[in-house]
Amino acid sequence: MVEIGHFALVLALAVGLVQSVLPIYGARTGDERLMGMAAPAAVTVFALVTISFVALIQAYVTSDFSVLNVVENSHSAKPLIYKISGTWGNHEGSMLLWVFILSLFGALVALFGGNLPSSLRATVIAVQGWIGTAFFLFILFTSNPFIRVASPPVEGQDLNPILQDIGLAIHPPLLYLGYVGFSVSFAFAVAALIDGRVDAAWARWVRPWTLAAWIFLTAGIAMGSYWAYYELGWGGFWFWDPVENASFMPWLAGTALLHSAIVMEKRSALKIWTILLSIITFSFSLLGTFLVRSGVLTSVHAFATDPSRGVFILMILMVFIGGSLALFAWRAGTLTAGGLFQPISREGALVLNNLFLTTAAATVLIGTLYPLLLESVTGEKISVGAPFFNLTFGPLMLPLLLAVPFGPLLAWKRGDLFAAGQRLVAAFAVALAAVAVVLLFVDRTALLAALGAGLAFWLLAGSLTDLALKAGIGKVSAPVMLRRLRGLPGSAFGTAIAHFGLGVTLLGIVSVTAFQTENILTMAKGDTLPVAGYTLRFDETVPVQGPNYTADEARFSLVNAAGKKIAGISSAKRMYTARRMPTTEAGIHTFIFSQLYVSLGDPASNGGMVVRIWYKPLVTLIWIGGLVMMFGGIVSLADRRLRIGAPARSAKGTEAAATGGRA
Amino acid sequence: MAMTRKQKRLAVIFGGLAFLGIATGLVLVALNQKIVFFVTPSDLTSMHAEAGQRMRLGGIVKDGSVVRGDGTRVRFAVTDTIKDVPVTYDGILPDLFREGQGVVTEGLFNRDGVFVADTVLAKHDENYMPKEVVESLKEKGVWQEGQATN
Repeated sequence: MVEIGHFALVLALAVGLVQSVLPIYGARTGDERLMGMAAPAAVTVFALVTISFVALIQAYVTSDFSVLNVVENSHSAKPLIYKISGTWGNHEGSMLLWVFILSLFGALVALFGGNLPSSLRATVIAVQGWIGTAFFLFILFTSNPFIRVASPPVEGQDLNPILQDIGLAIHPPLLYLGYVGFSVSFAFAVAALIDGRVDAAWARWVRPWTLAAWIFLTAGIAMGSYWAYYELGWGGFWFWDPVENASFMPWLAGTALLHSAIVMEKRSALKIWTILLSIITFSFSLLGTFLVRSGVLTSVHAFATDPSRGVFILMILMVFIGGSLALFAWRAGTLTAGGLFQPISREGALVLNNLFLTTAAATVLIGTLYPLLLESVTGEKISVGAPFFNLTFGPLMLPLLLAVPFGPLLAWKRGDLFAAGQRLVAAFAVALAAVAVVLLFVDRTALLAALGAGLAFWLLAGSLTDLALKAGIGKVSAPVMLRRLRGLPGSAFGTAIAHFGLGVTLLGIVSVTAFQTENILTMAKGDTLPVAGYTLRFDETVPVQGPNYTADEARFSLVNAAGKKIAGISSAKRMYTARRMPTTEAGIHTFIFSQLYVSLGDPASNGGMVVRIWYKPLVTLIWIGGLVMMFGGIVSLADRRLRIGAPARSAKGTEAAATGGRA
Repeated sequence: MAMTRKQKRLAVIFGGLAFLGIATGLVLVALNQKIVFFVTPSDLTSMHAEAGQRMRLGGIVKDGSVVRGDGTRVRFAVTDTIKDVPVTYDGILPDLFREGQGVVTEGLFNRDGVFVADTVLAKHDENYMPKEVVESLKEKGVWQEGQATN
């Protein structure tokens, strides 16, 4: 099976070469037969990579220790779910997952792109083929997961215990679906540049793909954040770690792309910018892959490092980013500029959004790369952490968040800021009320936190205002409003829901940052600590035997004011036998939106345990907001007009599509 | 009242430039003030660290130096085998903190020359030695190949 997987991967490379060359040659020469090879080639590559991926998973599931990759990252006593997820819990396997998802997107474009003009489809699929081929070569030459060992050991070295968690089964696939999903808009952008033709219909094809990638990336980042929060035992949700930044930059650029694609689709404006943004977004994805996979960074994500890999990925990076930007510089002039608009208009608001998001992405980029650059130039070693990003990213986000509720209320082409402001009076009142509530009832001195909560409620109320106004609040009766709401396009709901989610996340961040309480103390059996109106009691420590670890589990009881036990919390120190590596499992109790977080330290000299206890008010809102944003994306994606088959009719008559008429 | 197209374009360009100027200014100020330098114990003799300046101190936890005080206070020494620096830390040490292992601490010096750390990082792998530590030990010529590394 392993050899079949290896062989399938080599075949995928061969077919990938065909996919890269023939269709685009056909598109340039007008040969329909060569163009027609694009789709079957893409589907074949997907089938071959699937075989390869399944073969590797099978080697993990059956603990085939004749495969080096399995020896280094698995153990026969590991639970089945971690055997499967362990397939991509290492460098080689995760690169295979990367190309698996890339080929999946290639096949999806092939299957759902039936209504694209055949030359555009052929070119898009060929560009996807280029990316695929580059990464097949990378895997086969520097990171082959199918290498056998001459004398197989009886037992494997096990997976890094930090990764032995359900998070590994979910986080990387979601993240990669996002990262790699942006390759589709990239391929569309490059194809448009090669064709020298781009119109509103182009934007209508690109937007669903971008939206889908964005949904997955949002989910992946939120999931990764929660995973780090509960697994690492530091109780933080975001560390501005270079690896987190690597996924955050494509998210910022992708969010900007989503918004500029709206302008392009609806108003046929910002064409050149949207193309550039598609290139930038995927370039950030590639850069992220480079940062994480090349070993220039040290983190839990940077597995064993090998300089040849770094050089190889750097070459891929330079060819694709440099090549596409050069193509852009060469060809962008041939694209015609689109519709005009006043600065105060929906378009203007979306341009402002793009300006802020891309600049914010640039500051994150500088903060991430500056330490690497400085070290290679002067040899000085520095770290850039939260203080840097608070000073640069923070001030950029503030005006953007203030402006969010205005955007959807402005008319296309020429808007009225004053009228939009009048319609937001209610939302503003809600925001002020939130500020007052925090100052009066929570903490008189917490002015910043109060303003932050006000901003969050401004976003929440602003997005509801948007929907209420679209339903005609104050003008029509309730049943008519309901009917109008039902008739609203999915994308209008999507916008409001996603902006609401942003408010939810912000509220969580503000609340945790300002009002979390932390206690570090030594507790002996029977000791208690008052926390958040309850009493936490340390009951006992029990030894526990897991499948591939031993643990000391500390058990706590949460007791309410009446002296009744309402919950048990247990936190453990585990020792994984194969790697002799300890981990800490945090104990978390959730009260709807808030959490009590208990993490164990070392035994103290007086026989007790060092315990770290946080009360984190409204912490779960941070991730719930991410889910809400994601849901907004899904609702928008389900919009009838955006359904992948929708542009079919207008696509046939290219001129009709060019005027931006609705399909 | 209405601007010509050319004026409008100029206004947009200047607006954009002003915006980028502000963003650049923020980044420069932040790079000037908010970055933290990484030092090893023997860098400190040549640098003369000021009390109150934030930095990252990296090296190896000196054998036999870890003293757990009452409660959550811990004292230990960080060494690069040439010089030692005393460190205090109040909190929970990471799982992989051990004598003889690499460590990165972040904090500041107090007046008595003791490094008061508020963050202690010992990363995620049993063989893991922070990269900065490995490299600076190599520079000092006290690194033996084959020592645990990642």
